[in-house]
Amino acid sequence: MTDSKYFTTTKKGEIFELKAELNSDKKEKKKEAVKKVIASMTVGKDVSALFPDVVNCMQTDNLELKKLVYLYLMNYAKSQPDMAIMAVNTFVKDCEDPNPLIRALAVRTMGCIRVDKITEYLCEPLRKCLKDEDPYVRKTAAVCVAKLHDINAQLVEDQGFLDTLKDLISDSNPMVVANAVAALSEIAESHPNSNLLDLNPQSINKLLTALNECTEWGQIFILDCLANYAPRDDRESQSICERVTPRLSHANSAVVLSAVKVLMKFMEMLPKDLDYYGTLLKKLAPPLVTLLSAEPELQYVALRNINLIVQKRPEILKHEMKVFFVKYNDPIYVKLEKLDIMIRLASQANIAQVLAELKEYATEVDVDFVRKAVRAIGRCAIKVEQSAERCVSTLLDLIQTKVNYVVQEAIVVIKDIFRKYPNKYESVIATLCENLDSLDEPEARAAMIWIVGEYAERIDNADELLESFLEGFHDESTQVQLQLLTAIVKLFLKKPTETQELVQQVLSLATQDSDNPDLRDRGYIYWRLLSTDPVAAKEVVLAEKPLISEETDLIEPTLLEELICHIGTLASVYHKPPSAFVEGSRGVMHKRLPARTGSGESTESPDVGTIAGGSGTETAPSIIPSQGDLLGDLLNLDLAPPTTTGPPPPTSGMQMGGMDLLGGGLDSLLGGDIGGSAAMGAGFGAVPAVMPASLNAPMGGGLGDLFDLGGGVGMPLGAYIPPKTVWLPAMKAKGLEISGTFARRAGVIQMELTLTNKAMSVMTDFAIQFNRNSFGLAPAGPLQVLSPLSPNQTIEVSLPLSTVGPVMKMEPLNNLQVAVKNNIDVFYFSCQYPISMLFVEDGKMERQVFLATWKDIPNENESQFQIKDCHLNSDAASNKLQASNIFTIAKRTVEGQDMLYMSIKLSNGIWVLAELRVQTGNPNYTDLEISVKCRAPEVSQCVFQCCEAVLKN
Amino acid sequence: MIHSLFLVNPSGDIFLEKHWKSVVSRSVCDYFLEAREKALDPEDVPPVISTPHHYLISIYRDKLFFLSVIQTEVPPLFVIEFLHRVAEMIQDYFGECSETVIKDNVVMVYELLEEMLDNGFPLATESNVLKEMIRPPTILRSVVNTLTGSSNVGDKLPTGQLSTIPWRRAGVKYTNNEAYFDVVEEIDAILDRTGTTVFAEIQGVVEACVKLSGMPDLTLSFMNPRLLDDVSFHPCVRYKRWESERVLSFIPPDGNFTLMTYHVNAQNLVAIPVYVKHSINFFESGSGGRLDLTVGPKQTMGKTVEGVLVTVHMPKTVLSVSLNATQGSYTYDNATKVLVWDIGKLNPQKLPNLRGSLSLQTGAPKPEENPSLNIDLKIQQLAISGLKVNRLDMFGEKYKPFKGVKYITKAGKFQVRM
Repeated sequence: MTDSKYFTTTKKGEIFELKAELNSDKKEKKKEAVKKVIASMTVGKDVSALFPDVVNCMQTDNLELKKLVYLYLMNYAKSQPDMAIMAVNTFVKDCEDPNPLIRALAVRTMGCIRVDKITEYLCEPLRKCLKDEDPYVRKTAAVCVAKLHDINAQLVEDQGFLDTLKDLISDSNPMVVANAVAALSEIAESHPNSNLLDLNPQSINKLLTALNECTEWGQIFILDCLANYAPRDDRESQSICERVTPRLSHANSAVVLSAVKVLMKFMEMLPKDLDYYGTLLKKLAPPLVTLLSAEPELQYVALRNINLIVQKRPEILKHEMKVFFVKYNDPIYVKLEKLDIMIRLASQANIAQVLAELKEYATEVDVDFVRKAVRAIGRCAIKVEQSAERCVSTLLDLIQTKVNYVVQEAIVVIKDIFRKYPNKYESVIATLCENLDSLDEPEARAAMIWIVGEYAERIDNADELLESFLEGFHDESTQVQLQLLTAIVKLFLKKPTETQELVQQVLSLATQDSDNPDLRDRGYIYWRLLSTDPVAAKEVVLAEKPLISEETDLIEPTLLEELICHIGTLASVYHKPPSAFVEGSRGVMHKRLPARTGSGESTESPDVGTIAGGSGTETAPSIIPSQGDLLGDLLNLDLAPPTTTGPPPPTSGMQMGGMDLLGGGLDSLLGGDIGGSAAMGAGFGAVPAVMPASLNAPMGGGLGDLFDLGGGVGMPLGAYIPPKTVWLPAMKAKGLEISGTFARRAGVIQMELTLTNKAMSVMTDFAIQFNRNSFGLAPAGPLQVLSPLSPNQTIEVSLPLSTVGPVMKMEPLNNLQVAVKNNIDVFYFSCQYPISMLFVEDGKMERQVFLATWKDIPNENESQFQIKDCHLNSDAASNKLQASNIFTIAKRTVEGQDMLYMSIKLSNGIWVLAELRVQTGNPNYTDLEISVKCRAPEVSQCVFQCCEAVLKN
Repeated sequence: MIHSLFLVNPSGDIFLEKHWKSVVSRSVCDYFLEAREKALDPEDVPPVISTPHHYLISIYRDKLFFLSVIQTEVPPLFVIEFLHRVAEMIQDYFGECSETVIKDNVVMVYELLEEMLDNGFPLATESNVLKEMIRPPTILRSVVNTLTGSSNVGDKLPTGQLSTIPWRRAGVKYTNNEAYFDVVEEIDAILDRTGTTVFAEIQGVVEACVKLSGMPDLTLSFMNPRLLDDVSFHPCVRYKRWESERVLSFIPPDGNFTLMTYHVNAQNLVAIPVYVKHSINFFESGSGGRLDLTVGPKQTMGKTVEGVLVTVHMPKTVLSVSLNATQGSYTYDNATKVLVWDIGKLNPQKLPNLRGSLSLQTGAPKPEENPSLNIDLKIQQLAISGLKVNRLDMFGEKYKPFKGVKYITKAGKFQVRM
């Protein structure tokens, strides 16, 4: 008697019959009927019509029947919300049952019923269950909070369930802790900034204790949660590593990989000369190797992760090459991954072994695998110079096999080898030419044509070979056509006498008979080059090519860092940052590896540490999320007609220089008036002399008068400049990292930027543009990045700013939205400038005027602030403030208090008056009080912040 | 977390679905079935597939696909490990894991799945906890149940569920107390044409069958524990004792379980028990070829090699074979191009040989790919790494248990290139 009987149907109709049975008086019959219903449900049949009849069976003492009804309810409650209410009473009653199993079952099932009306009734029972005396009930209730949050997040927050859940992290039972962590992690995923898992040394300690005692699944949750913690120093980091290491011996591979993630991340903080660092490296290898003897699916995920680990820390697995050797009966997806890792681990020491293996693979049955193996041989040649010769001879051996796809792959990779080691292996060209006819794949044909063109002078019948390709020109793919065009032009430049006819033929084929714009344009360019200046043509076409880089498919360092923090996740399988693909992860926090705190490694920027762990520093720059509006604004700016008639006013000229953000204005500027402004020239990267990088000179008339007026002050030294902060992290900007600050130097506002290229390719063509902002800040010149920025290079740039740009009030007032363009893309970010930048040098008010103005400004415009813990006497404060153009007009001493009266003038002419009270009598009382009065009270807050910053630095 | 589970048979029919959150339409499986179509073998279906709104993570086991649907970032290994647990659970409950068995017990499977996950979080995956919640079917019980109307569902909280030793239930009682351990080692190796070892390692596992009353605390020690490169333990093993003293100290689960798995990596420690002399030639004319295979014992530590089975994957163009085996029998499957030679016990005095001719498809060129040869074998009473159990002690209980250790060596992925 098996369950398959539940699937038999009768003539009357299944539903009808089931209904009768469900309403039967006999318990046993009822149960059988519910079983039949469930059986139909599991295979996807719709049995929702039986809802009322099934729910009627719910009130029973028979636990099995109860469970079965619950199973049904969970599946169908959503489609019958009104009827589902009928079940509520039973749930609420069950939550009070003396048997913990029943209590847990009720709260668990209720959470699965995704009906709004029911969730309201759920709150009270859930609250009780979260505090239940039985840990089994508590752990079930913890998960229920996550379920409820999924249905109605607001309700969960309002009811305070999140706090209760946080308390459960300190529960005495490790299983409860693990479930609380799991629930919080899931909730946190939809609230990236909620700081739900507030990790501190105490909670970490609790988690580490629970880690040893909870189930394997709980260990995974806890380890993944630990990985988000940012240890304070290397010592803490080491102690966490020590406590996590035993997890590497767990039988569950997910536990092992999560432990690897924690170790890989925290290791980053350990000084490399530490003994423990070496020990840890050694400990990581065996578990990774063991993962490879598991089931193929597990192997696959492990291999994708090992691929990352090998790139980050090749030393861990460098002696383990052999475990990546491909076995005959590995599934194809495992084979391909293993091959990839073999190449990454290939070095001079093991290259002989690797090559022998690869050659073996090249004779296997699976075509995809064979192709990849042949490519791998080429990659080895490029990676390990000493092996190049052996690789080439291996490839020649393979070409001798005459297996069509092997030959083609071999030719493609030999082309790359030629590019890496020019003038070394050209002797093999003859062999390659023998196989010309067998090439039928575009990539191989294109590679062969490239070889013939590049070495035309060494191939006697190069013209015949190329001509033979030309016959079917129109049937070729674009790749081959383009290559053929270039190759024939090369040939012509090398042997002009015999090949004139050929080149004309190809040019006319490309330009007249083709409708492919790429091909046509390339054809025209060659044609024009050849017809105007053959010598120049030769220089262009036969120019020396840059060598190709060692490894082409490495993951960019910033992405790699992020992926290392995501070991074991889907992101690590896809090698993409989670933000790129996970649905429903709203604004995922980017994770970064922590900085090493020990000495000796000063290359990493000090800012990294504060951002690590994503625990939210206040100064974190806000990246402008939706580009739509902003882009519109920036585009508008660009389209503003440049004043090109007559000698333009100097200020507008300067603005235009910085205006070519989207390149749109270039043509009109180019074609237009050359006398516009010399600054424009710099905009095209041509005349750097106009804008020296350290801009101490006045930029033009517009700023000149400001400068003059600053005369009375006497060059103040040490005006406050905030430290640089990262405005645009590299991962948001395809590898470009921008950090910066603002300074006012000799009356000129400067934006000081540090650009770092963390990508793999060179960056050029930098330009900058601001959105409209509160004080009309605009670049007074172009961004001076004169030489291309090569990978890992950092450059410091000062950008002078003017205050005559378009004005729009921002929130907060000192917010500035910036767009930076380079050859890769346009990036947007926003930053806040200290308002002190805008304090002009002629901000000293006459005493009388001050008094009159102070009275004149209504009292409601006055704001009071306190600056805590400032150990300055009034003179020191006055001097400090003066350096930032906050001028003291008068000083009074009343009852042990120094009162300083100060005035500030903003660049847009707004005056701000302030009164600063300093306690002189009482050395313990170190708070300063400041009152700010201004006709535009919005600026008061900014002014205060800036005074505070100035005084405290 | 894990959203839904679909069980799919090799012909692409979904025969069971279970949802732990909202219901996901089974049309999501179409992406998987598409990938299944594309793959040459069911083994080759990629385990992680992305669709516009979900991720599909699947395993292929016992000729069935276990396909899970997830929606948020979940560690894929977590999901894969869980799916294997599901397969093991079915095996454990019903004796085998097949479509028929699942269909015959569909309601119980469904109830079990419900116990294993809650909202996608693993709830009870330990076999002994599950068995207390839902008792496995036996003929006797089903007869009793029909008569008395009682059910298979336990109505008490399983004791192991919350203790710090969730793997063991309280109040275990046996009349015969016994503890048996099997040390099973598998040799994974690749030998090249000349017989040189390209790669070899030993995957070892200690399987235990412990039927002891009460709460026994066991200590198992080895003669030569330093042999082991990497070990993974059942959660019951106290890691600290292993770290400091290299002994396994544990309170065992009740019944059968895997105590530990290990790895011996050092090449010089891996003995290769057999050698193969092989030659395969195809005539230049392309009409046929000759095959000659001889298998002989190599490093067997004086033990007999038995259960020898040689599998050769022939080139695609080989149409039929006509061979003569001096020992055992051979079969050739023309559809899969696999030649299987079942030798049995190796006799060092009279080496088994298989030779004869191969005929190719008419007109087919000389095959270009190299066939590859896989070997299966068994050696009783030997752990090829030399690992030996020293002693087993029991604390915490007063009775005297029966103890026993068995060793066996097998070929794992043992491949010879021709």
